[in-house]
Amino acid sequence: MALLEVSGLRTAFHTRDGVVRAVQDVSFRLERGDTLGIVGESGSGKSVACLSLLGLIPQPPGRIEAGKALFDGEDLLRSPEHALRRIRGRRIGMIFQDPMTSLNPYLTVEEQLVEPLLIHGIAGREAAAATALAALKEVGVPDAEARIRDYPHQFSGGMRQRVMIAMALIAKPDLLIADEPTTALDVTVQAQILELIEHEQSERRVAVILISHDLAVVAEVCDHVIVMYAGRVVESAPAATLFRAPRHPYTRALQLSRPALQAAGSELYTIPGMPPDLARPMSGCAFAPRCEFATGDCTRSEVRLEGVAPEHASACLRAQRGEIRVT
Amino acid sequence: MLEAAQAAEPGRSLWQDAWARLRRNRMAVFGGAALIVIAGLSFFGPLLLSHSYEAQNLVLGAAPPSGEHLLGTDKLGRDQLARVLYGGRVSLLVGLAATAVSLTIGLLWGCTAGYLGGRVDAVMMRTVDILYALPFTIFVILLMTVFGRNFILLFVAIGAVEWLTMARIVRGQVLALKRQEFIEAAIALGLRKRRIIVRHMIPNVLGPVAVYTTLTIPAVMLLEAFLSFLGLGVQPPMSSWGLLIKEGAEMMEEAPWLLLYPAAFFTLTLFSLNFLGDGLRDALDVRASKD
Repeated sequence: MALLEVSGLRTAFHTRDGVVRAVQDVSFRLERGDTLGIVGESGSGKSVACLSLLGLIPQPPGRIEAGKALFDGEDLLRSPEHALRRIRGRRIGMIFQDPMTSLNPYLTVEEQLVEPLLIHGIAGREAAAATALAALKEVGVPDAEARIRDYPHQFSGGMRQRVMIAMALIAKPDLLIADEPTTALDVTVQAQILELIEHEQSERRVAVILISHDLAVVAEVCDHVIVMYAGRVVESAPAATLFRAPRHPYTRALQLSRPALQAAGSELYTIPGMPPDLARPMSGCAFAPRCEFATGDCTRSEVRLEGVAPEHASACLRAQRGEIRVT
Repeated sequence: MLEAAQAAEPGRSLWQDAWARLRRNRMAVFGGAALIVIAGLSFFGPLLLSHSYEAQNLVLGAAPPSGEHLLGTDKLGRDQLARVLYGGRVSLLVGLAATAVSLTIGLLWGCTAGYLGGRVDAVMMRTVDILYALPFTIFVILLMTVFGRNFILLFVAIGAVEWLTMARIVRGQVLALKRQEFIEAAIALGLRKRRIIVRHMIPNVLGPVAVYTTLTIPAVMLLEAFLSFLGLGVQPPMSSWGLLIKEGAEMMEEAPWLLLYPAAFFTLTLFSLNFLGDGLRDALDVRASKD
């Protein structure tokens, strides 16, 4: 049995301007100890999908309209709040994007580190303090004995993110959700944080969902990657395959947008147009208006994620028919 | 470099930083010191005086300050110093108690409304709006006529009005706070709502609340003075600064000392509280701090 199996997840926000369908029909599975990458640009629904799993979507306006999320056999989407509370922090840890704001400025690092242990009844006060210190050392905070009594504003961004990682992992969860854990950090620190996540993962055999808009980051760390666009999964493949041989024009466009791949001095590649307004109904492929391969059929026909190779699925109509090779 | 400088001061909380900044603010320090002196005089002074605040000496009448009566006597021959100090006790107590009432209700009400949001928030805040719209004086007169003139009612009446603004301030803070990732992180760690409110929300709204509290106390004392001035508040022979000012105003021409001294005490206290409040606001303003 997979550790996490999400199928047909649909989340919408009922706002004054209409219903924003943030996540539509998203499915994926994750085995114990594996790493899943979710890639997409801002507003593609990658964060909302993961927050939906933990019941962290503000409701209202948010609403989970359909789907199942079996975590170790238990459907997270139908669990009552008190059951979810036992899972959060204890069996599923979460790291947020901005370490500057994800720690409480009025509590010491120690007070925040021991909190999950205390509230889940994993350890008593003294044992929790010892565990907290060990966890802080483990994530590579120098001089941990002294720093543990410091307040968040006395740490740099990278160090705060290390504290966050220690906090998310302190209760030894089975799954770690990292929502753009390196986006707010310096490039040099980014690599360290990714290494740390990889290290912790191999050490503890914790499964990881890594959300990112950086294809390269995901390709480096993850086993399997899904690409999201306008709330839907447009491609799903093993990381290496996805990077070498994408089967969806959007994935390729994402790849081309990476500055590192472009000749010095040449103009930066950008995807033409804008992501669609998710509050408007759309027909056919959501990427079609921006796609260089699009034909009339793309906007008319229903598109679905379908297998194009073993373990490889694409939601591109023309790729499914074998009409185009995007690489 | 900044990191290194900060790391050099181990374990300094934002509160400790704020305290250090407050101590550098001369006006605030002066305000704090003056308050301590006035409060000390009001609470312990009457014990040391040989005259009681209610002992009359009708033969003496309104006498100017003398060796026997340092601040003179009022028209019934009561020692004005004793009355001013005793009145300070009442005024400060009303100020503190009513502020405590408004603080407690306002903090809980605002936090709950802001944190729960949605319909609960709408209902709670509309209630506040409605109460806001009630004319205060009529409300107090109503209370006084229904329940009789009762000292405790004064706390209730003033507290019942002052918590409204507090609730609005707290709710605004909580709304802003709720979008902070550390609250989301706390939920993601499996904390209960109550623990999130008590441990993560309240400490973070305490800064603005502390500032508003120091500014509420003078407002409350003014209200008490206003009510006593109208004859709705503290009743003689008890005394409060508001009452003394009223009595003094009636005899302003024959016996100016009756107005001067209580007014001076009252003004000094209000100034001090405002200085302290301003200092606190500056000290707790994170944007103005070094990082």
